[in-house]
Amino acid sequence: MLVKVFHLFGEYVLFLKKVFSKPEKRKIYLKQTMIEMDKLGFLSIGIVTIISFFMGAVITLQTAYNIENPFLPSYLIGVGTRDSILLEFSSTVIGLILAGKVGSNIASEIGTMRVSEQIDALEIMGINSASYLVLPKIIATMLFNPFLTMLSMVVGIIGGWSVGVFTGVVSTQQYIDGIRYAFVPFYITYALIKMVFFAFIITTISSFYGYRVQGGSLEVGKASTNAVVMSSIFILLFNLLLTQLLLS
Amino acid sequence: MITINNISKSFDGRKVLSDISATFDKGKTNLIIGQSGSGKTVLLKCIVGLLEADEGEVYYNDILFNKLSFDKKKLIRQKMGMLFQGAALFDSMSVEKNVMFPLDMFTEMSKEEKLERANFCLQRVNIINANHLFPDEISGGMKKRVAIARAIALNPEFLFCDEPNSGLDPKTSVVIDHLIKDITEEYNITTLVNTHDMNSVMGIGDKVIFIYEGQKWWEGSRNDILDSDNKELNEFVFSSELTRKIKGL
Repeated sequence: MLVKVFHLFGEYVLFLKKVFSKPEKRKIYLKQTMIEMDKLGFLSIGIVTIISFFMGAVITLQTAYNIENPFLPSYLIGVGTRDSILLEFSSTVIGLILAGKVGSNIASEIGTMRVSEQIDALEIMGINSASYLVLPKIIATMLFNPFLTMLSMVVGIIGGWSVGVFTGVVSTQQYIDGIRYAFVPFYITYALIKMVFFAFIITTISSFYGYRVQGGSLEVGKASTNAVVMSSIFILLFNLLLTQLLLS
Repeated sequence: MITINNISKSFDGRKVLSDISATFDKGKTNLIIGQSGSGKTVLLKCIVGLLEADEGEVYYNDILFNKLSFDKKKLIRQKMGMLFQGAALFDSMSVEKNVMFPLDMFTEMSKEEKLERANFCLQRVNIINANHLFPDEISGGMKKRVAIARAIALNPEFLFCDEPNSGLDPKTSVVIDHLIKDITEEYNITTLVNTHDMNSVMGIGDKVIFIYEGQKWWEGSRNDILDSDNKELNEFVFSSELTRKIKGL
């Protein structure tokens, strides 16, 4: 079992070495990066917005429920919502959601290219297939995903405010006071740093599982599942490590 | 010209290719034939470098290909074109973009020049008015022809075809076969075709190598096949009732 894990890790490192070798033609890679930004980043705006709005709303209601005490000021609802969204939700939870959406997309796309010999066709042409297919995805997600994190922060806080005011658990002024109270700007930096790491994890792990597919459609499905599972595990592991490094 | 010396390949201790040597001539259609599972696809993949042979040497015009570094192999590969069994066209690109892709990657041509070259290659394989269609919008035979157009876009010295007729009707198969043969002669390419289609063998096989249980069992031209007394070759080639009658078996 341990040997298998080390073998897999070795394969992953060799795969990364191939991915980060010199590109054949920078102009083509740049064009591909733009395409991937649209496909993997821009098309994720919808799901990130919807989930962030509802999660912000739920966090507000749960915080209000938990601090239902006459000795605790209502603006703490805003503080709780802000910190939950900034510290954990907009980076880690969005990272996990993107691991599902983007990770499965990448693994199945590259896996299908492998089983239909499209990757072999690239290799025969003298193109470094790993670099051509994966490097633009890595750059695109590492650049675009932090914007998704910022979007999630804004929408999550708006979601919390709108539902908090609509249900009457907090007034607009109290909520804004809470959002501004003891604000630590580094929390935003912390969330963005985490998302850059998560983007790298999602893209490289999913591409790796897709790239090493052997067989047919069944194996592509398995690779897609493995990609999501392993990306999620590594997101959680790196969340722990980065939190200890950046916030301790 | 391509020369292979003593190629052997095993998977998990199971020997798939054993000590195969051959020479494939320039301007000729060289065929590798054999039953399914005989090892011909593995041999082709070892020759093009998609698989690494355990032993043996592959020479492209006197250059020892299989011992070259990744970057040097890339230079030789730019002289190769390959037609895959399933055509392997890029799903996300139109027919025209598929043919232009190698030109985009390896030439400094202007967009107009690339377009002109792509159109020339598509016309050469009789693909007309399909430039903006995507691979899932065209037939199997058209996919193969587009794949040939893509393979010849960079004027390759070497053309490889893995089961070019699989999944095609007999009439389309003949069209593809003749296209491969015509292009080989027209551009003086060294062509290797992996097939078990007997019509292809008898129609275009300038040189035929018969692989049996991972070994080179027989070598000759298509005309030699008719006179051969090799038992395994005859069982493979003349397996149908009709061909057995022709051979007088």
